[in-house]
Amino acid sequence: MGKWDWQVFLQDTGGGRTYLEWLMSAWGWTLSVAILSLIVALIVGSLMGILRTTPSKLLVAIGECWTELFRNIPLLVQIFLWYHVIPSIFLVLRGLPSIILVVFALGFFTSARISEQVKAGIQALPKGQRYAGLAMGLTLPQTYRYVLLPMAFRIVIPPLTSESMNIVKNSSVAFAVSIAELTMFAMQAQEETSRGIEVYLAVTGLYFISAFAINRVAMFIEHRVQVPGMIGGGK
Amino acid sequence: MMTALDFSFLNWNVVSNFILKGLIFSTQLTVIAMLGGIAIGTALALMRLSGIKWLVMPAAFYVNTLRSIPLVMVILWFFLLIPLLIGRPMGAELSAIITFTIFEAAYYSEIMRAGIQSVPKGQVYAGYAVGMTYKQCMQLIVLPQAFRNMLPVLLTQTIILFQDTSLVYAIGAYDLLKGFEVAGKNFNRPVETYLTAAVVYFIICFGLSMLVRQLQKKIAIIR
Repeated sequence: MGKWDWQVFLQDTGGGRTYLEWLMSAWGWTLSVAILSLIVALIVGSLMGILRTTPSKLLVAIGECWTELFRNIPLLVQIFLWYHVIPSIFLVLRGLPSIILVVFALGFFTSARISEQVKAGIQALPKGQRYAGLAMGLTLPQTYRYVLLPMAFRIVIPPLTSESMNIVKNSSVAFAVSIAELTMFAMQAQEETSRGIEVYLAVTGLYFISAFAINRVAMFIEHRVQVPGMIGGGK
Repeated sequence: MMTALDFSFLNWNVVSNFILKGLIFSTQLTVIAMLGGIAIGTALALMRLSGIKWLVMPAAFYVNTLRSIPLVMVILWFFLLIPLLIGRPMGAELSAIITFTIFEAAYYSEIMRAGIQSVPKGQVYAGYAVGMTYKQCMQLIVLPQAFRNMLPVLLTQTIILFQDTSLVYAIGAYDLLKGFEVAGKNFNRPVETYLTAAVVYFIICFGLSMLVRQLQKKIAIIR
């Protein structure tokens, strides 16, 4: 193995910018894909998780089917489905930029895992809380809004944190449909510069930093929403 | 509006020429990485629980590092590094097998660690009290129970492993997904082949997860 050559990042890519600039823009794409997918996953996953705990058999079945469907197909295959199959079946979606398709793919894939956790969080609450809410004359949606969900979401913050870190890692699969994110950068820059180790080290480091940053934000949120005297709420 | 789908080209010939080869490799990769990963993972778990600093630290470093890097990057790293280390190029398939074994070991190790910790400490003390060595204690008392308690989780991880094998796409290895892709390109029917690929993966993974659920019930009764 030769010597280190970190100056590779100052080289021009041939397109009027340096590899460092390209790396930073790729990091931006990774973060955008991850954060947008996380938003989709949180919304859809919470909804499906809630449906699975309702008394209605139909709603439970919808939630179950959704979860099984998106959990049992590999992420890469799902990305290909969104990218190649769905636009050719639903022609209206043809003009959509590929990042939107990837965000839906990664978001729905992750929503299946979040639905599992939200369901577990709601079921972890004593059954009496639901009955108490309904007995007080709250409607079912009100019971969820004011009684069940505030506690359930606090319970599931730790698993949601690790899911959020997973989504940063999983966003790397977007390379397969040519999103200009970190892994795509790694593959192309490695090929062009033949300085694979430096390029991969930089990219791996940025993945570390991104996951760590998300972890810190989640810890901050967890700390902020603590209820004194309840689960993990020390104060 | 929908364009017409046409699956008629997917006959037995196509399946055996393009897809079977990929399915066999994906299965091989899954089984080897599972067995190797559980073996290395168990060793790592024992290291982490040994309480000996110079065993705990490298094992923790191994597990934490691999768990915080995207699998695609790990695949790329090994594909880049193995030829540099052994001094000659290595095929994508073999490289994938080595990568997955080493990568999955980190995940299996966390499962085995939880499994070992689920065995009450008193049993280990009882083993020592009747004169067993550490090795006997682990081999005869702790590990058999840890495996049994964790069997459903180990198998669920294996289903995830099977799904993840599709990521060898990054280095061009010929797996199940690649088989479908090549067939799709050859017949100019990518939409149909990707759809079929999704259905096949779904049936395999959903079927396996149903089996795991059955097993879980059985194990719960034995206990």
